[in-house]
Amino acid sequence: MKMNILKTMNKTTKSNTITYLLVAVVYLVVQLLVTTGNISSLMKGLLVPLCVYVIAAISLNLVVGISGELSLGHAGFMCVGAYASAFFSVLVGDALPEMLRFILAILIGAGVAAIFGILIGIPVLKLRGDYLAIVTLAFGEIIKNLMNVMYVGRDADGLHFSVTDTASLNMAPDGEVIIKGALGITGTPKNSTFTIGVILILIALFIILNLIHSRSGRAIMAIRDNRIAAESVGINITKYKLMAFSISAALAGVAGVLYAHNLSTLTVKKFDYNTSILILVFVVLGGIGNIRGSMIAAVILTVLPEVLRGLSDYRMLIYAIVLIAMMLFNWAPSAINWRAKIKAKIKNRNMKEAE
Amino acid sequence: MAMLEVKGLSISFGGLRAVDGFDLTIEEGMLYGLIGPNGAGKTTVFNLLTGVYKPDEGIVRLDGKDITGKSIVEINKGGIARTFQNIRLFKELSVLDNVKAGLHNHNTYSTIEGIFRLPKYYRVEKEMNSRAMEILKVFDLDAEADILASNLPYGKQRKLEIARAIATEPKLLLLDEPAAGMNPNETGELMDTIRFVREKFGMTILLIEHDMKLVSGICEELTVLNFGQVLTQGKTEEVLNNPAVITAYLGE
Repeated sequence: MKMNILKTMNKTTKSNTITYLLVAVVYLVVQLLVTTGNISSLMKGLLVPLCVYVIAAISLNLVVGISGELSLGHAGFMCVGAYASAFFSVLVGDALPEMLRFILAILIGAGVAAIFGILIGIPVLKLRGDYLAIVTLAFGEIIKNLMNVMYVGRDADGLHFSVTDTASLNMAPDGEVIIKGALGITGTPKNSTFTIGVILILIALFIILNLIHSRSGRAIMAIRDNRIAAESVGINITKYKLMAFSISAALAGVAGVLYAHNLSTLTVKKFDYNTSILILVFVVLGGIGNIRGSMIAAVILTVLPEVLRGLSDYRMLIYAIVLIAMMLFNWAPSAINWRAKIKAKIKNRNMKEAE
Repeated sequence: MAMLEVKGLSISFGGLRAVDGFDLTIEEGMLYGLIGPNGAGKTTVFNLLTGVYKPDEGIVRLDGKDITGKSIVEINKGGIARTFQNIRLFKELSVLDNVKAGLHNHNTYSTIEGIFRLPKYYRVEKEMNSRAMEILKVFDLDAEADILASNLPYGKQRKLEIARAIATEPKLLLLDEPAAGMNPNETGELMDTIRFVREKFGMTILLIEHDMKLVSGICEELTVLNFGQVLTQGKTEEVLNNPAVITAYLGE
């Protein structure tokens, strides 16, 4: 009996360790390539966005795979995290040491996104399935459009807000406009590095994997598998759904912070419906509920268009074909059977050779 | 004092009075059966007792406490656990985790303690594992602890559902057709398990069942429900020999 428990524990610990190691190994290989100069500047520029997408993908998997709800507004939470943190960083400026400011920016981005997660989650989580998807989609668009017309400035009197234009902020002549509507926030310090991105990925993984394999994670998955049965054993549905949703939102916020501090100009363009869908594609391709899979899918699908850049016009065509092929290879029932057969064959041959 | 006391319980769906003035008293430690033809309202009574539906009228008292109209979660915490007619397991969780989900409110630690793997996490998880294995052993499921619940054969899925309900440490256990779909051998085994559960965990049990062999074999008292109303109540033998009951089942 004891052996059984040990076995299950080892299995999850083993799987988690592989995930962490995978990230560490990829990091070391990339660092090696960078220091030896074996990586194109194009790829170098892609390193931080890769981390952004990986974090966004694993955080969305917490909602889609673990909590079992379809959310199409994940870019909205990234947007909130990005704007809140960039606003903070620009506002504080050089008043704080760079590292401390960035850490605070990350916490603020995560915190504000989490608050939005809770605010949106309370009414929205009463809905299920398709309805939830549509409402989260609307949320993402609202956030994007709101940020697009938001003006915030600062002068000696404090902060000024407006949703029309800079002039209506009514600021003193020495005032400084921080958020300039469609022009967004400029002058965000470029604090994001690949190393920080990887550290944030590891932290996000740590939170998600440990959550899944704990009492709360079990409750979240129990609700996903059977809502009424979960209630009947005394699990509070609202509490755990909201928990999964807000943790996911917070981590998406962190992805947004990383994104915002990688560019000196932040606008809402990137946080649209397409990005939400793209992140969902990572999750579905990598396997719903499979955290490691969504990381791998995010990396492949982010690098692929860049690798194909040389093909110019045919780029997106090939990207789409590769996407369909990968989806079929990974998830079509016949492909799964075929892979299992091949695996068994290899195993048999190895065993025969061993004999 | 009676473990369960129900008075005048009623609910209507649209114009249909699904349960009408239902009374029931179950003494502590009793094995009680609720029978009746299909559509008589048996499962509706279970749903009323467990808070899935809120009654239009009537009072439900568990161990002297009024639990009428409380939520499913509150009622479970108050001491009622149930199984379902159409099995509702946590399919993508392991057999062990299904039972551990049942222990949710008994062995607790916070989410923070879980995420940061603080000492309490390890201590409580260990307690949970040994408690869950203990329960699984009663149902002869300990060898399957690691496999997914959906991969269990049908009979074992029914057993696992009872194991999960017992993990919540109820005073009153409601079983909705526990023998449905089982062969006579499995039913016999199930009867032994139900008896054993009552002895070992000291539970009061109320069950819905169509299998008359099981009902007459283990239930001490019965209530017969017909068209949402109580047809008759009393000792099993008397009830089963009541001509009105035979008519309700077989027709005129």
